[in-house]
Amino acid sequence: MGLIDYGAGNLVSVAQGLEIAGAAVRPVRRAGDLAGLELVVVPGVGAAAPAMARLEEAGLVEPLQAWLVEDRPFLGICLGLQLLFEGSDEDDAIMLGAIPGRVRLLTGGRRLPHIGWNQVERRRGHPAFAGIPNGADFYFVHSYAGRPEHPYTDDVVLGETTDGGRFVSAIARSRLLGVQFHPERSGPHGLRFLRNVVGLVRDDRFPREIPSPAVEVVA
Amino acid sequence: MLLRRVIPCLDVANGRVVKGTRFVDLVDAGDPAELAERYAREGADEIVFLDISAAPEGRGPLLDVVRRTAQRVFIPLTVGGGVRSEDEMGAVLRAGADKVSLNTAAVADPSLIARCAARFGRQAVVVAIDARRKLGQPAWEVLVRGGRDAVGLDAIAWAQRAADLGAGELLVTSIDRDGTQSGFDLGLLRAIASRVPVPVIASGGAGEPADFISAISEGGADAVLAASIFHRQQHSIDDVKAAMAGAGIPVRVAPRAA
Repeated sequence: MGLIDYGAGNLVSVAQGLEIAGAAVRPVRRAGDLAGLELVVVPGVGAAAPAMARLEEAGLVEPLQAWLVEDRPFLGICLGLQLLFEGSDEDDAIMLGAIPGRVRLLTGGRRLPHIGWNQVERRRGHPAFAGIPNGADFYFVHSYAGRPEHPYTDDVVLGETTDGGRFVSAIARSRLLGVQFHPERSGPHGLRFLRNVVGLVRDDRFPREIPSPAVEVVA
Repeated sequence: MLLRRVIPCLDVANGRVVKGTRFVDLVDAGDPAELAERYAREGADEIVFLDISAAPEGRGPLLDVVRRTAQRVFIPLTVGGGVRSEDEMGAVLRAGADKVSLNTAAVADPSLIARCAARFGRQAVVVAIDARRKLGQPAWEVLVRGGRDAVGLDAIAWAQRAADLGAGELLVTSIDRDGTQSGFDLGLLRAIASRVPVPVIASGGAGEPADFISAISEGGADAVLAASIFHRQQHSIDDVKAAMAGAGIPVRVAPRAA
C-alpha cells in the first residue's frame, strides 16, 4: 500500500497507523512508485495550494487523477480528502477534481482551527466503519472542509460532523474513501477504521454503489 | 459537538519525565513513552511533551524519545522544547509529532511562527506562552528559557500577535501557578481567550477536578493541560472527566482498546 510523500506533516503517524492495521506501507514520491499498489493513501495537514504545488512538482497530479478515474482504492485523510474536490477557498487552489464541489472555510464554530475530538454521524452504513459505534469521537484538526455539490443526491456523503455548522467528515464512492478526521490519531476507533480499510482493500470488499439518479431531494 | 480536551503534559529533562514547582526543584516521574502510553489508555485526549532542558542548554530536541513515544501512542502528540527553525520543526514532525510548540525562539524571532505555519500548516504550530503576573496589576509578562528570563513583553499582546502570525493554538502557562496545584490563573486565561480566535490550552496550577471546570467555564479555555496532578496519581483522567461531565462540559469517554 502506498502513502503519498509530498512533505505532509503527518506522514509518519499515518504510516505507523497503517502498519499497525496490518498494511505494508511504502512511500510514493513519483508516478513510477504507483505501480503495483493496492491502495493509495494521501495524508496531509496544512494548506491546499502548497500541497497541490508539491504534487505537481512530483509529477503526481495526473497519475492520481487517472488512479481515481479508474476507481482504484484510495483513502484521503484530512487535506488528502479536501484535495479530491474541484477547488478550495483556501488560496483559491485548483485541486484533483474527483468529487464535484468545493472546499470552504468552516463557519459557526467556537474557534478556528477546529481542533479536538468530535462525533462522526453516519448517513449510511459502510464496512469501513464496521465495529465502530455511530457518533463515535474522532480527532480533527482543520479549518476547511469539502462541500459536495449535490450532497443529498450523489451518494458521496458518508458522515457528518457539527461544530456550530455541519460539515462533511467522511465520504465514500465505490473504492474511493475520504475522511476529514485523523484515524491515525483517533485512538482505538481510528485504528479500527484503518484496519477495516486495509481489509476492504485486501479482499476487495468495497461496496460498489450504483450512483442514484440525479433526482433533486428537497431537504 | 467539539469536546473539551484533557491533556497530560510530560515535562522531559535528559530523557526522563520530571516535575518541579515554578519550573525548579525537579523530581523524576518516569519514562516518557511509558507514561504517555499509560495516559492514552486512561483517556487522555492528547499528549504534550516538553523538553524543558533543551532551550536553556541550547540543545536540539530529543528526537529518539519523540520517536519512541509516537510509535506507541495513537492520539495526538505535541512536542516542544528547543525548536529554533523550520528545519528543526520538520525533524520533530518526521519523528512522529503532530504539532510542535514554539516558545523562546518565537519570542526572539516572531517571523518563525509565520514561516513554520506556511510550511507545515498553522494547525501544526502551537505557541507556548509562559506568563507571570505583574505585581498588583491585571497584566502579565512573558518569560522565556523555561521560565527563567523576562523579556519586557506583555503576554496578552504577544498572544494576539502569535495568533495573527499563524499560531494554530496557544498553550498558556501561568508561571506563578505552575506546579503549585492552587488552581489556574483564570484572569490570564480569560484575558487571552477573549482576545484570540484560536483555541487556548490552559496550563499551570491544576490541583483538583474543579480547577479544570473553572478553566473552561470561567477562563474560556478550550483544553486543559496538567502534569503533577496526574503524575502523582492524585486524580485519574477519568475522575477529572467525570467531574467535567457532571458540570455540563462535553468530554470524550475513551473507548477500551480494540
